[in-house]
Amino acid sequence: MSLKDKLLSSHIVFQESLDPDSPIYDVRSEAIKTFEAEGFPTKRDENWKYTSLNSLLKKEYSIRTKTESALDFKDVKQYFIHDIDTYNIVFIDGVFSSYLSSTTHEGIDVCTMNSAINKPKYKQIIEVYFNKIAKDESLNALNTAFAKEGAYVYIPKGKVADKPIQIVHLSTGAEEAMFLQPRNLIIAEENTEVQIIERHQSLSSNAVFTNSVTEIYAGKHANVDYYKIQNDRLEASLIDNTEIEQHDNSVVSVHTFSFGGDIVRNNLNFYQKGEHIDSILKGVTIIEGKQHVDHNTLVHHITPNCESHQDYKGIFAEKSTGVFNGKVVVEKEAQKTNAYQSNNNILIDDQATINSKPQLEIFADDVRCSHGCTIGQLDESALFYLQSRGIAKKEARALLMYAFANTVLSSVRLPQLKQRITKQIAKKIGVSIGFEI
Amino acid sequence: MLSVKNLHAGIEEKEILKGINLDIKAGEVHAIMGPNGSGKSTLSAVIAGKEEYEVNKGEIELDGNSILEMDPEERAHEGIFLSFQYPVEIPGVSVTNFIKAAINQTRKAKGLEDMPASDMLKKIKEKSELLEIDRKFLSRSLNVGFSGGEKKRNEIFQMAMLEPKLAILDETDSGLDIDALRIVANGVNKLRSEDNAVLVITHYQRLLEYIVPDVVHVLVDGKIVKTGGKELALELEEKGYDWLKAETV
Ligand SMILES: Nc1ncnc2c1ncn2[C@@H]1O[C@H](COP(=O)(O)OP(=O)(O)OP(=O)(O)O)[C@@H](O)[C@H]1O
Ligand SMILES: [Mg+2]
Repeated sequence: MSLKDKLLSSHIVFQESLDPDSPIYDVRSEAIKTFEAEGFPTKRDENWKYTSLNSLLKKEYSIRTKTESALDFKDVKQYFIHDIDTYNIVFIDGVFSSYLSSTTHEGIDVCTMNSAINKPKYKQIIEVYFNKIAKDESLNALNTAFAKEGAYVYIPKGKVADKPIQIVHLSTGAEEAMFLQPRNLIIAEENTEVQIIERHQSLSSNAVFTNSVTEIYAGKHANVDYYKIQNDRLEASLIDNTEIEQHDNSVVSVHTFSFGGDIVRNNLNFYQKGEHIDSILKGVTIIEGKQHVDHNTLVHHITPNCESHQDYKGIFAEKSTGVFNGKVVVEKEAQKTNAYQSNNNILIDDQATINSKPQLEIFADDVRCSHGCTIGQLDESALFYLQSRGIAKKEARALLMYAFANTVLSSVRLPQLKQRITKQIAKKIGVSIGFEI
Repeated sequence: MLSVKNLHAGIEEKEILKGINLDIKAGEVHAIMGPNGSGKSTLSAVIAGKEEYEVNKGEIELDGNSILEMDPEERAHEGIFLSFQYPVEIPGVSVTNFIKAAINQTRKAKGLEDMPASDMLKKIKEKSELLEIDRKFLSRSLNVGFSGGEKKRNEIFQMAMLEPKLAILDETDSGLDIDALRIVANGVNKLRSEDNAVLVITHYQRLLEYIVPDVVHVLVDGKIVKTGGKELALELEEKGYDWLKAETV
């Protein structure tokens, strides 16, 4: 049975287990129809031209979440930013681990989607926000159809989250390959601030295929920083769908650090629904082997006087492949838009490839849009400069790669996170160069 | 110390250096002057080991040993330093981190441990004061957005940190204001000793008032056409190069 068929029949069973009075009961039933009609995307879809899911769809997955497996914090500590105090929402094989988590309902809600969907006191909020931002397309729909668990963060008007929030999805996959579909909802109302770090981490050598959906709502003057750490095992694949709606004067930044995984696809969509909005999209990709990372971004400028800043850097070694497909749409009403996009890539080996495709669709006349894309090798004159100071070629190359990627880090506002990422980059490049980078 | 013998070098088909002979002894300062495009920067790059240039003939020896087969970093480890005419901008690496990497890599090549952090800081402080470089400057990305003069001063700061045996200064004076020229020259003079040597490439006699050369060479079209004492620089300033070009024909 194909994965699609398996999912469809499993949905019938899933639905029977659900409460028909749930605020999202009908939403799920509609969603499975969309998925049934559209199926998994194929390379024939323009947006999926360079990323094939075939190898993933061929595998046999367990698609039912299990009961909680026990894990000791010390065994998974390395996957957390553990040197700062944070709220943690942790899932093991799709099931909330209360033991590893630290949630709150004091002033803000940092808890699970499962409780938000099922508890009457959240009903109204769920009705207002759930599945309102996510585009109605097949992978989102598939996730919606099975939406059950994930992180729920609600920052009411005027509140500032007192600590960063870590959302960690662990998968043990001890016996079999797993298909996971976490569903996160982040609501930052007017005048709020929150920082979130998200990570998917497999702990076994069995395949894991995650189709994650995160909706982020940023109200007026909201400030949201979202950091995605994608540094998973080689057997783990991820489709990350993140859908963001912004209102007047809000600033939302998403940083995506992609260092590992089998196939990673990021669908990152920003919808600007107000004035003086700033949307920041940044990414560093460093991969090798046969890894594949695809960044598919959309910034939809709908209203006037807004900005977007995109900066994606990629370093591709061996036979790794990268895709950057950055779409910027500026509607006719969106006058005085400033939209910047840059995508710079270094190909270390002849066999590495990157497909970089900016798409600008501009219907307004008074706008400033720039996009730049570079694909190159390391700068030979810079290499000679470093060597002439006594830095050996290998280290000089590493230093240049580090420097190339490092410029994206400047906007990371959590120092401990920045340090961790910097170390990971150094480790990834595989070198020590006489100072802590 | 440095001995260049009948050096022919260039790029692919094009010969740029057409038989250079140069002999610099420890303790000496040599100056090379010459018109634009005569090959001065090429000569310094070839000595520093830039792979882009092919050496077709001749020899370069440091203390009697050929360095032609050495990588640029190995030459640096042997004590050759090149102050670039056009220092390269490297975003994302601070001046401090860069110099730490340079020093520790050189130490590593000599089988030494990393320089203790406190020693490193002390040295950075001492040398940046010598060159009147602001501390804030050191945490900026290497050469990025530096003014022309700042870049040159930063080159000499690196030289002061690395304490090379042979320093080649390729037009370090161009872009420097009068005060900076004095500061930089002072930095160079501090390095001078019986054990090392300096090769100064310049277009202007002015620098040579501060860093007084023992020998002045004139390079025209890839060849040294005249060698003399420091008064040769004055003569060139007065007469230009035409009389020498005429002589070579
Ligand atoms: N990489 C290169 N490719 C092609 N031509 C080169 C290259 N490097 C040097 N040349 C040529 O060789 C000649 C010498 O160049 P070089 O930079 O050494 O001159 P220079 O004496 O330093 O001049 P300036 O006083 O202007 O700095 C010039 O004609 C230059 O165009
Ligand atoms: Mg020159």
